[in-house]
Amino acid sequence: MTRFIDLTLNGISTGAVYAAVALALVLIWRATRIVNFAQGGMLMVTTFIASAVIGSSGSYWLGFAVALAAGLVLGAVIELVLIRRVESGPPLNAVIVALGLLILLEAGAGMIWGNTPRSFPPAFSIRGYDVGGTRLLFSPNDTFTVLVVLGVAAGLAVLFRGTALGLRMRAAALAPEVARMLGVRVGRMFTLGWACAAFVGSLAGLLVAPSVFVGPNQFDPILIFGFTAAVLGGLDSPGGAVIGGIVLGLALSYVSGYEGASLVTLAALVVLIAVLMIRPGGLFSSGRERRV
Amino acid sequence: MNAPGGRAPNRVRGVGQSRLVRSLGLVVLAGVVFFLASETLGAYDDLQLASGAYYFAVLAGLTVLTGTSGQISLGHGALMAVGAYTLCLLVGNEHWAIAPALLAAVAVSAVVGTAVGAAATRLRGPYLAGATLAFAVGLPALADKYPSTFGGENGLVINPPTPPSWLGASFPLERWEAWIAGIGALVVMFAIGNLLKSGVGRAFRAVRDDEIAASLCGLHVGRVQTLAFVLSAACAGLGGGLLAVVLQLAAPGAFELQLSLSLLTAIVLGGLGTLMGAIWGAAVLVLLPNWTNDLAHSFSLSTQVSDNLPLALYGLVLIVAMLVWPSGVQGALRRIAGGLRRSPSVQG
Repeated sequence: MTRFIDLTLNGISTGAVYAAVALALVLIWRATRIVNFAQGGMLMVTTFIASAVIGSSGSYWLGFAVALAAGLVLGAVIELVLIRRVESGPPLNAVIVALGLLILLEAGAGMIWGNTPRSFPPAFSIRGYDVGGTRLLFSPNDTFTVLVVLGVAAGLAVLFRGTALGLRMRAAALAPEVARMLGVRVGRMFTLGWACAAFVGSLAGLLVAPSVFVGPNQFDPILIFGFTAAVLGGLDSPGGAVIGGIVLGLALSYVSGYEGASLVTLAALVVLIAVLMIRPGGLFSSGRERRV
Repeated sequence: MNAPGGRAPNRVRGVGQSRLVRSLGLVVLAGVVFFLASETLGAYDDLQLASGAYYFAVLAGLTVLTGTSGQISLGHGALMAVGAYTLCLLVGNEHWAIAPALLAAVAVSAVVGTAVGAAATRLRGPYLAGATLAFAVGLPALADKYPSTFGGENGLVINPPTPPSWLGASFPLERWEAWIAGIGALVVMFAIGNLLKSGVGRAFRAVRDDEIAASLCGLHVGRVQTLAFVLSAACAGLGGGLLAVVLQLAAPGAFELQLSLSLLTAIVLGGLGTLMGAIWGAAVLVLLPNWTNDLAHSFSLSTQVSDNLPLALYGLVLIVAMLVWPSGVQGALRRIAGGLRRSPSVQG
């Protein structure tokens, strides 16, 4: 029973990180209809920046803040310089550009910081809570992770549903031409969408770095499972991204705990296929996915 | 070659025959070029030629799937693994000859492709990408789960193929491997080349361009899409089987996600929808890593930089190529050949 509780708690905290990556992918999908495979490279770069700042200043929170700011800037710059040129082209071309960017960022990070993964400090203690003499597999740092991701998801919900800026961003994504006629600066909204997504992505990098370490390829699995979570929840739904992340985190934690870690990727495949066979547009699809 | 919405379907018998003769002629020509290249090149370059040939087999299948039928797959590396493991199991454990083992590799991967393809017809765009990505990442885990059958991390090893005695005792092994892979590639070239120009190819394009119009014409959209997936899976299985013959190895490390992604990259970079595009794509897959490696090590840089430079150049080439040649190498060449008479066509 303790094992089940441990696996559940562990699943929730890893699922929260998948949810954050999924949120970043959903934001970009909603804004520009591109699956951003470069997200893994972008959050890797910002986490390296955090690592460098923490190393030289000694302050975790300064590194944390600098990484988030770097995420905002990086997302905006990538959209302005690269993505804008392929947005209107064939969708596969944008995918290839994102893949090329992922490879370029990973190789660039290897050149600057080397290929050997390095440790990264957690925000809070990673000693599990003591409950009645047994130590749980859930630490203050895990609590922080879950709360931050839930907070970001809530913040995004408020942004999109409750503010004029969010309405303009949704309008630009859903009907660019109409939005432009009504005076929305569509290009600026796309840039903002990418910046927001990169911000959330860099947060995911900071949260997961203590357990996976920082290195050019250390975040690849996070990107894969984050994408799986986004597809699971439905790429148009931020709420679905969070639920998809938690569901995937729980499923993988149980499989890894009871059946062995080598089956985790196979389990992700089974979960994804099972859900997509029942709901081809993800758990929270709006039912318009099959429109031709 | 395959202008969409071009001529009406021509069912005149003579025309069909001349098309067959013409494509047979092209395949024979390609075979002669391949043969001469393998005769003049050294052992290392013959191996490169062999890998170009098995990559072409896979990319020709992706031409059908992504270029013609409009479905995306991030999982064809895993289908190559199915072919490679089938071949190694049959040749290594059951002592089959290579030709029937290759046929079996095609059959088994076609069966797996039927299952994946049937599931795929319900999915669109990023959802299909996600499902096939999970397939590419998940399937190699089976090698770990059943190490007694699939050899775990180390994979399966087979003996190298022996060149027939009539070729002479000193016939190089690498050239024989290149010939085997080359024959496989030529068979694929002939089959897919004809298929793309036949009614089946038109059905694929009809479904890609407009599903509703295609079903109004009496096409069963799901069945057509599944057929495209099965065909491309069979090609991937043949490519994987040929890879196993050339490398004498099937191991999970050879079929990681990077392989699937670089296959998709190569087909887009080469030019979607034509067999020439697949040839360019295979050339890119084989030659680009060599060039970036040579270039990276021609400067005197620290190892940290020069180890990562080939990858960085690869990423850069992908980005720049997509910005400069949005319809791939073949599209760029056709635009140059077409001159200013036509406006450049961009596929949808």
